[in-house]
Amino acid sequence: MSGWRLDEGGLIDRAQPIAFDWGGRRLRGFAGDSLASALLASGETTIGRSFKLHRPRGLLGAGVEEPGAIVDVGAGAWRLPNLKATQVELYDGLSARAVNAWPSPRVDALGWIGALHRFLPPGFYYKTFKRPDWTWFEPHIRRLAGLGRVPDGPDPDRYAQRFAHVDHLIVGGGITGLMAARTAARAGEQTMLVELEPLWGGWAAGSDWPVEGMPAREWIAATLAELAAAPHIALHNRTTAAGLYDGDLVALDERLSDHLAPGERSGPRRRFWRVRAGRITLASGAFEQPLLFSGNDRPGVMLASAAWRYLHRHAVVPGRRIVVATDNDSGHVVAAALAARGAVPVAVIDSRGMPPGGPGERIAGRVIDTAGTPLRSVAVALADGTTRSIAADALLMSGGWAPVLHLAAQGGAAPVFCAARRCFVLPDGPVALAGMAAGDFDFAPDSKPQPPRDPARAWIDWQNDVTAADIGIAAREGYRSVEHLKRYTTLGMAPDQGKTSNLGGIVTLGAALDRAAGAVGTTRFRPPFDPVPLGALAGAARGALLHPPRQLPAAGLHARYAAVFEDYGGWARPAHYGGDPAAEAEAVLAEARAVRTRIGLFDASPLGKIELRGPDAGRFLDRLYVNTLSTLKVGGCRYALAANDHGIVIDDGVVARLGAEHFVLGTTTGQARAMFAAIEEWLACEWPDLAVLAADVTTSWAVWTVAGREARTLLERLPGTIALVPDAFPHLASREGEIAGVPARVQRVSFTGELSYEIAVPAEAATMLGERLLDLGADLGIRLFGIEALMLLRTEKGFLHVGSDTDGATMPHDVGFGAAMARKQGDFVGRGALALADAQRAGRRQLVGLVPVDGDAPLALGGHVIAAGAPAPGPTLGWVTSSHPSVALPHPVALGLVADGPARIGETVEVWDLGTRRAARIVEPCQFDPAGERMRG
Amino acid sequence: MLRIDCPHCGPRAEHEFRWRGDMRVARPAPDAAADDPAWLDHLYWRPALTGEIEELWFHVGGCRQFMVVRRDVNSHAIRAVRPADGRR
Repeated sequence: MSGWRLDEGGLIDRAQPIAFDWGGRRLRGFAGDSLASALLASGETTIGRSFKLHRPRGLLGAGVEEPGAIVDVGAGAWRLPNLKATQVELYDGLSARAVNAWPSPRVDALGWIGALHRFLPPGFYYKTFKRPDWTWFEPHIRRLAGLGRVPDGPDPDRYAQRFAHVDHLIVGGGITGLMAARTAARAGEQTMLVELEPLWGGWAAGSDWPVEGMPAREWIAATLAELAAAPHIALHNRTTAAGLYDGDLVALDERLSDHLAPGERSGPRRRFWRVRAGRITLASGAFEQPLLFSGNDRPGVMLASAAWRYLHRHAVVPGRRIVVATDNDSGHVVAAALAARGAVPVAVIDSRGMPPGGPGERIAGRVIDTAGTPLRSVAVALADGTTRSIAADALLMSGGWAPVLHLAAQGGAAPVFCAARRCFVLPDGPVALAGMAAGDFDFAPDSKPQPPRDPARAWIDWQNDVTAADIGIAAREGYRSVEHLKRYTTLGMAPDQGKTSNLGGIVTLGAALDRAAGAVGTTRFRPPFDPVPLGALAGAARGALLHPPRQLPAAGLHARYAAVFEDYGGWARPAHYGGDPAAEAEAVLAEARAVRTRIGLFDASPLGKIELRGPDAGRFLDRLYVNTLSTLKVGGCRYALAANDHGIVIDDGVVARLGAEHFVLGTTTGQARAMFAAIEEWLACEWPDLAVLAADVTTSWAVWTVAGREARTLLERLPGTIALVPDAFPHLASREGEIAGVPARVQRVSFTGELSYEIAVPAEAATMLGERLLDLGADLGIRLFGIEALMLLRTEKGFLHVGSDTDGATMPHDVGFGAAMARKQGDFVGRGALALADAQRAGRRQLVGLVPVDGDAPLALGGHVIAAGAPAPGPTLGWVTSSHPSVALPHPVALGLVADGPARIGETVEVWDLGTRRAARIVEPCQFDPAGERMRG
Repeated sequence: MLRIDCPHCGPRAEHEFRWRGDMRVARPAPDAAADDPAWLDHLYWRPALTGEIEELWFHVGGCRQFMVVRRDVNSHAIRAVRPADGRR
């Protein structure tokens, strides 16, 4: 084909020439060109290669429907793969190459595959490469077939997301959409009008087609001016309505910067919209469909409507010797338009009979074959039965029109076949259709289409290489459902999603099965209408912003002490101090040693804190926790264990009673929000008769834990109103008062096994109190300690850490709460499940301590506990759940869940980990200070 | 994305809510025996029904109230929403 540019006309700016790179060659176009129109004007014909057979592909369409001209644009991390050349707007410096073609689309090293197409029917690969094993062949076959190359690095672009709530969403900015928007504007509706192309006006853009007595280009400009002046109308071009979802939510993908030269880009690349509209009007027009004849896939064969668009938008004519073939009236409209601009077609062929007067030779007949790559001639069967050949470098075809009803059909309604117009239409539902999208056009096609002479050379899907013969084979092999046909032949599964092929496939399958196309039906319409970048869907939620960790109120203090922060339960918390992640082991031991020998300071602020008030608060707590809490005295606190209704341990913490009707619940960091939500649900939905109010105050209070034998000495140096002498403030007591001038709640509880005070103060006082404690404790040897040291210390003590030492099968009696449950009267969460057989069976995995018999290296965390000498891999007794070196004991410490563990205390077992075996002794969980003298001191 | 007409806040997008299970199998009363077979039904027995069912939803990103949503699980169409009103 030898496309060329008219000297005048079109919506391009001839004063702005643009140079671009096409596969290493420098070509030129103008501002306002698409990559496709610039290539066409430069005389390029073969622009891509098909997916499976590497057949040469030219331009079939001019917009989103294009199946053949698939290109990669840009380089490196900025490369955008698999774009349609028809949708790439030309900018200075643009660099593009054809996909699936090497060295070029014209001379493709794998082009020979196309010659074998008769031997590569649907299912060929799966039938042929079954032995010895498909997976042996798959990588080699995948290398032959493929599309663009993925970018070389992480996506460097930014993406924005927005919500919109409007009265009226109009999809499609052609004549129909503009008219609908004008009506909405005059009615005062808050309206959003979206158009996927850069230009407004749809097919009429740039033409003189009469609209309300005006040439279309003037009407479009006048209407846009009226809409732009209406403050309640939002116009968004370059915006694809990608999908319709539950609740009639519409997703829009707005392209903000892809059309600009990289130096001119700023801000986000795309804006992804979620739109709720009072009503939705779909004015998305119709796609012209190809004619079905042998050799219809040669470069140079184009949809007539595409030629119309290249002519009016870009002033580009697709050839010097143009033949128009049509089975409906629209082909004649295109022929007349070309003639009016000086590109008179050599022939116009109409399969319905001798066309009326007009440009070029008028021929009654139909195209039966073509020759040349690119196109050289067209063979025509005349009405009198004879055949003649016409030299041509461009064949413009029209095989009827298919309404673009995708968005409406995604809602689930089944399109209905209209035989007179040979297309599927959809009645109005939640989405109203208008204009050509509603089937409102007069292009009735030839009512007696003839089958192609050689179905194996009559293409239906240009991108995925599906021919009429392939559909016949699939039908004969029993793929009678259109959904099965689609998957077996891959019809319509290419990036164009069958916009020019699904209808032809359905009609052809209907003919093969002797069924009406309406009885065959369509495949399910699914979003997206056109590919949406994953970055647009992710928006800002990537990298560090995917799940930003919460920051401690005293984060700055920790940073000054060179804390190494890690994510624990959604909070950035100090794992240890010293600033050197490589020196973690030594830092953790030194921190733990400070707590055991002198004094340490720990930031426990993320612990969940939930206030309960009300006359039934005690009763409610007895139901919420496995153990009894209503007997707690005012000013006391008690450890509490929570299960879910399946009897599985979900949380633990310390409950303090501040008043007769006032409790504060402590939860683990990770479960704080879940526990509060559970409390709300039990109170609202199951036990509304209980008079209890709950409030989550987790982030209102910061908590400093002072632990070690010098803890009381340090606290006595702070001014305050709380008496600290042991008689006034014993272990497991809770006091309120003032410390260092701020309100404070202090609990004597210990997760380290040392004398320990947890001091809660308002979050804004966290840094002040932390600094004072460090200053006043300097001469006592105070040291900040992080989570890792805390975990070491609590493992020495055998204190449970829910989530580490429990899993999705651990029940309260597996962690030592059997006796507490047995004593309990009345209902509690989990009670029903704990009576079931699974809870009662022998062999449950239960908490024990583990000590390695040899050496001082800790046992492997996660290692399997097996009987001494048992085969491994093999049945496991359980596993190691916590494992640390020890600072207080001469050997490492570990906890584990072991089948019937408490009954095995004293046994020697083996811990198997990735092929290694170590002997270990099963012991009581608590290995240090079992009487608790230190923390009670 | 569903749109749920919260009785307290008006129509809101699904992502403000948390699904809290269906309403079909009630929890045995607090005074039920621990070995009452009703526990087994409550915990594990979930007939897979089609058509309209009632579900409990929690407006976690809004009023933090619970509501009963009657929803067609075939079409996802929501037929009715009412406050849970202290009942599952």
